[in-house]
Amino acid sequence: MSGHDSKYFSTTKKGEIPELKEELNSQYKDKRKDAVKKVIAAMTVGKDVSSLFTDVVNCMQTENLELKKLVYLYLINYAKSQPDLAILAVNTFVKDSQDPNPLIRALAVRTMGCIRVDKITEYLCDPLQRCLKDDDPYVRKTAAICVAKLYDINAELVEDRGFLESLKDLISDNNPMVVANAVAALAEIQENSSGPIFEISSHTLSKLLTALNECTEWGQVFILDALSRYKAADAREAENIVERVTPRLQHANCAVVLSAVKMILQQMELITSTDVVRNLCKKMAPPLVTLLSAEPEIQYVALRNINLIVQRRPTILAHEIKVFFCKYNDPIYVKMEKLEIMIKLASDRNIDQVLLEFKEYATEVDVDFVRKAVRAIGRCAIKLERAAERCISVLLELIKIKVNYVVQEAIIVIKDIFRRYPNTYESIIATLCESLDTLDEPEAKASMIWIIGEYAERIDNADELLESFLESFPEEPAQVQLQLLTATVKLFLKKPTEGPQQMIQTRDQLPIFICTCTVFKHSSQSVVTNTNSCLQVVLNNATVETDNPDLRDRAYIYWRLLSTDPEAAKDVVLAEKPVITDDSNQLDSSLLDELLANIATLSSVYHKPPEAFVTRVKTTAPKTEDDDYPNGIDTGYSDTPTHVADGGTSPQTSSSSAPYPAGRQPAPPPAAPAPAAPVPDLLGDLIGLDNSAIVPVDRPEPAPAAPLPVVLPASTGQGLQISAQLTRQDGQVLYSMLFENNTQIPLDGFMIQFNKNSFGLAAAGPLQVPQLQPGTSARTLLPMVLFQNVSGGAPSSLLQVAVKNNQQPVWYFNDKVSLHVFFTEDGRMERGSFLETWRSLPDSNEVLKDLPGIVVSNVEATLDRLAASNMFFIAKRKHANQDVFYFSAKIPRGIPFLIELTTVIGNPGVKCAIKTPNPEMAPLFFEAIESLLKA
Amino acid sequence: MPVAASAIYFLNLRGDVLINRLYRDDVGGNMVDAFRTHIMQTKELGTCPVRQIGGCSFFYMRISNVYIVIVVSSNANVACAFKFVVEAVALFKSYFGGAFDEDAIRNNFVLIYELLDEIMDFGYPQNLSPEILKLYITQEGVRSPFSSKPTDKPVPNATLQVTGAVGWRREGLVYKKNEVFLDIVESVNLLMSSKGSVLRCDVTGKILMKCFLSGMPDLKLGLNDKIGLEKESQLKSRPTKSGKTIELDDVTFHQCVNLTRFNSEKTVSFVPPDGEFELMNSRKYYTVLYFLGGCISFNFLVPDCLSERFRYRITEGVNLPFRVLPTIKELGRTRMEVNVKVKSVFGAKMFALGVVIKIPVPKQTAKTSFQVTSGRAKYNPAIDCLVWKIRKFPGQTEPTMSAEIELISTMAEKKSWTRPPIQMEFQVPMFTASGLRVRFLKVWEKSGYNTVEWVRYITKAGSYEIRC
Repeated sequence: MSGHDSKYFSTTKKGEIPELKEELNSQYKDKRKDAVKKVIAAMTVGKDVSSLFTDVVNCMQTENLELKKLVYLYLINYAKSQPDLAILAVNTFVKDSQDPNPLIRALAVRTMGCIRVDKITEYLCDPLQRCLKDDDPYVRKTAAICVAKLYDINAELVEDRGFLESLKDLISDNNPMVVANAVAALAEIQENSSGPIFEISSHTLSKLLTALNECTEWGQVFILDALSRYKAADAREAENIVERVTPRLQHANCAVVLSAVKMILQQMELITSTDVVRNLCKKMAPPLVTLLSAEPEIQYVALRNINLIVQRRPTILAHEIKVFFCKYNDPIYVKMEKLEIMIKLASDRNIDQVLLEFKEYATEVDVDFVRKAVRAIGRCAIKLERAAERCISVLLELIKIKVNYVVQEAIIVIKDIFRRYPNTYESIIATLCESLDTLDEPEAKASMIWIIGEYAERIDNADELLESFLESFPEEPAQVQLQLLTATVKLFLKKPTEGPQQMIQTRDQLPIFICTCTVFKHSSQSVVTNTNSCLQVVLNNATVETDNPDLRDRAYIYWRLLSTDPEAAKDVVLAEKPVITDDSNQLDSSLLDELLANIATLSSVYHKPPEAFVTRVKTTAPKTEDDDYPNGIDTGYSDTPTHVADGGTSPQTSSSSAPYPAGRQPAPPPAAPAPAAPVPDLLGDLIGLDNSAIVPVDRPEPAPAAPLPVVLPASTGQGLQISAQLTRQDGQVLYSMLFENNTQIPLDGFMIQFNKNSFGLAAAGPLQVPQLQPGTSARTLLPMVLFQNVSGGAPSSLLQVAVKNNQQPVWYFNDKVSLHVFFTEDGRMERGSFLETWRSLPDSNEVLKDLPGIVVSNVEATLDRLAASNMFFIAKRKHANQDVFYFSAKIPRGIPFLIELTTVIGNPGVKCAIKTPNPEMAPLFFEAIESLLKA
Repeated sequence: MPVAASAIYFLNLRGDVLINRLYRDDVGGNMVDAFRTHIMQTKELGTCPVRQIGGCSFFYMRISNVYIVIVVSSNANVACAFKFVVEAVALFKSYFGGAFDEDAIRNNFVLIYELLDEIMDFGYPQNLSPEILKLYITQEGVRSPFSSKPTDKPVPNATLQVTGAVGWRREGLVYKKNEVFLDIVESVNLLMSSKGSVLRCDVTGKILMKCFLSGMPDLKLGLNDKIGLEKESQLKSRPTKSGKTIELDDVTFHQCVNLTRFNSEKTVSFVPPDGEFELMNSRKYYTVLYFLGGCISFNFLVPDCLSERFRYRITEGVNLPFRVLPTIKELGRTRMEVNVKVKSVFGAKMFALGVVIKIPVPKQTAKTSFQVTSGRAKYNPAIDCLVWKIRKFPGQTEPTMSAEIELISTMAEKKSWTRPPIQMEFQVPMFTASGLRVRFLKVWEKSGYNTVEWVRYITKAGSYEIRC
């Protein structure tokens, strides 16, 4: 039954476009249809056939549904580039939306919604209104989705025309698919809006749960996803909901199952009865296991989600560990995830079986998988005390295979095992030492050296072993150098008398060394007299011949410690280390909550909150604290932070590049008070801070007049109105403010305070506002400084300000920082360096955003305006009918932004791509550029 | 957000776009270039099916020689997206007559565009059921159900079918011969250690049904599963008959089954709507009452194609059809001896078809010689395996293969050979690894006609692996 469309792809002679044009205007229907097919084929392979717009649109008025669909498809693709001509199609659309055939009515509305051209959108409203009330459910279900499309283009229009109400009415529609699509549309609109649009009441809930039964599988997903936001009032309601959702677990569609699991887990939090919870756990296990017989890609999604689920409810799959055993032919991404879950499910009961599996995996072909299997054995040893010995014996067996990467990986995990169970398994050190020469990876080397240093007193030839590493000290990576330094110091402290005599000749270097380093002259002399030369070599190398500040500083600290008080050095360097713990459930509980609420979505696959990877800026203020979450699930163990001096001796386990393993790092100091509750914190700051920033107002200063946005309306400020905006003048960031006194009394003693913010903005001097008589106003320009009180977390444009005066309470208001005020005057880049920087930045640092509503009509004026804001024009090129502009800008601390704007002059829609070393700034940047371009 | 896709691309193995459709505006048209440069052209391909590049995430699947890539920029529902791809491919296959590859896409691009427009709207999957879509998206395209052309056969309630508002039954069907075909298809997954102990083993099965029945039949199907039998014995207050009962770990039903009632009452029944329904020419819909082990019943839509209605999984008490006993000896550095004995443990009157046993050997195999008591064996260097094929394998027999292998001695080969598992393929008709049996299949119709019921069983190998 297969078709023969491929003939349309065959290219004809040179004059393809004119030829098509002729055929499109043919009087024969069949020829016209073939021509449209050829046009679509050309479009598919990426040829620009937009010049045929008029001719294709002429074919639109046809009885033939297939032809109509093709023309519509063409319109979706090209209407944007030909907005003026797109208007030609409007009539037909409107006519089609009243066609007796419901398929055509729906098609017209569906297609109009996909064409994001203002002129078309205007005409969409009336047909949409009609279609939402159409007799045919097929038309209604299409119209429901169309409302979401329209909201995406023009939210105001949707609200003004009352489409939201019509959409809400559709929730009570008698057709389940209409209900499902309406729910999907409402949920999406809610997601992109700050106001309450789609609130699920218990009445809606029960209506939707009923609709669930009749919906298509996809409709069930829409409804379950929307309902998972519902918070049940009490345990009883939660139980009721769960009871009505559990049957979905039996569905053949994996998306339905996962959405049902999500909803059940949400409600389970409220259920208090342990019996009910146990029963639910029992019910959820089989469907989750069944997901593992789906396609590997689906298995992967399921496994990533199961990983989260077992962290919250380990009992669900406690007895199902066998299903996570890897099949030989599983794709590597499935195997890796299975391994992760096996570690989480490993218990004293099943550890023997699990170890046998891990051992099997450790002999497979894929190196990454083998490493992970070896690491898994170590993690089990740390997790299960009683199994530790068995784990170690498996590791020793693996070391005997002498496969290089297995040995190295084993040594890394054994070091962790030593940390976990100090003074228990040292007997195996001898075996480890046999493999010393094969080590070539920094992490393995560092681990081995740590072991030698830590147990120097039990290794007879510890000094010789360390010495063998010392020869290559300067070439070693920093990680190994740090460990060597610490291990040598440990060795010295533990066995001060011993030292390889053959190293003595290195003393020759010392006089030079002492001269170069006068600060430590005294100390080095004491070292000379007391220590063996092994230590001298290391200290020498680490202080003089390295550019690594970490290494140098640590060496100096040891040196000074050793020379002033060797006993203190002993206390510090050989201090007892905190025991590391198993971290297989390492996700922070609040993050886990958020991820579980996002089961089946991308967020649950990445194990990151949605804000961390979705760049779309919502209308609400972005949260600030999200980026602090650890994001790696693959990090190994986490150390609790150790003493400063011993910092390097604590084994850095998995992610060697990170300063701390990302796993269970204590939350960063709570620098940024959540914007939700700024009042008490800010007040505290206001009163508690030294008064360098709070100063009485004395000198008034006239300011240039320009309308400023109102930040504190008179209604809120009991008659005091404040308008303010950040500006930039002569390389200085200023806070331009206007105070208007609408009260009955004079106001004086104005002071201002800024809360910690992403840019550390703070007042550089006192606020200068004179006494304000009733009915008068005053303007001031407050100079600002940067990087004073920088808050952590993702950059946010939120600026919280407190203003007080002698007569009124403290006023708090929020302002928005527009990034462009920080663009510095020296942001201009040469073409060459621009290109180089662009190339040198990885693509992950590139962020794209469409600015749909923006029209660039006058290039010169736009460039001038951007240049005035320190966004420097670099180059321009033409691409098809689009113009591409390149700019550069720089913000303090030398962070460059490389900008690429793509637009069709005179048409709405600007595509903005930026590259910067700090991509997390991107949302702020886009806000700034949008406002700059709009101006 | 249950959005599944912002754009979907079909690429060939070189990365050329075969067909694409943008559903939402939040991803640029050139995002597929990022996929090409960052995933297809790197080693990353195959390491993870969900990837983030820049502000966009990519989900991809390879199906024959086509990559299907979904691009999103929001927190999309990945499970939904992948399932959508799977279902869409099944839909395309049913339209193209089975094949889905680069050529099929090129040959049907107009149809695919049409389908893509229909099955997803603004990133939300709509109806993907082939039975229903074929009502109004036809191969010829011209046959619009609402066209005024008299030659066209009208399908006036197509739109109602799509939105699922209409029942699936119509009256007045007549067949000369009333027949029901029931296929029970199982696949056994096995992972056995080298010492012969079973590490994991499960059976996934599905029940496929094809009906040619007149009028308004009720179907009852009885299986020997545990829950069903227990319920039955409670009802009839008599002890369960001795004999094997099967415990089903998990049962999943097709879309058409009312799951809520199945769960609560173990009796799922559906009252067919009594409205007026037009006769549809090419479709056949019946009401079927499914009766599991005595008291689970439901009715569902039965199109005239063989379709899957019921899936189950079993992990306890699996009858393995084959035992494999390998002994592999490495004699020095250049010789190996492989002896494999395969035992068929099903009934002597049955036989397995298409048995293939793949025994991995080292890469540096130079020469092989075989002795087999049944079938044929040869060395396949492309997959580094000895492949032993037995076309027809009777029950209760144990053929053996012994092979001698000469290896090229290599100096560099320090690492010992990691032995991949032996893999096996087979089909055993009239055998179920789960032991599941259809106890009865009854058809009632008020006219009281006689029905011929056909039940077939087949067990296939899923991933049947024996470590050695």
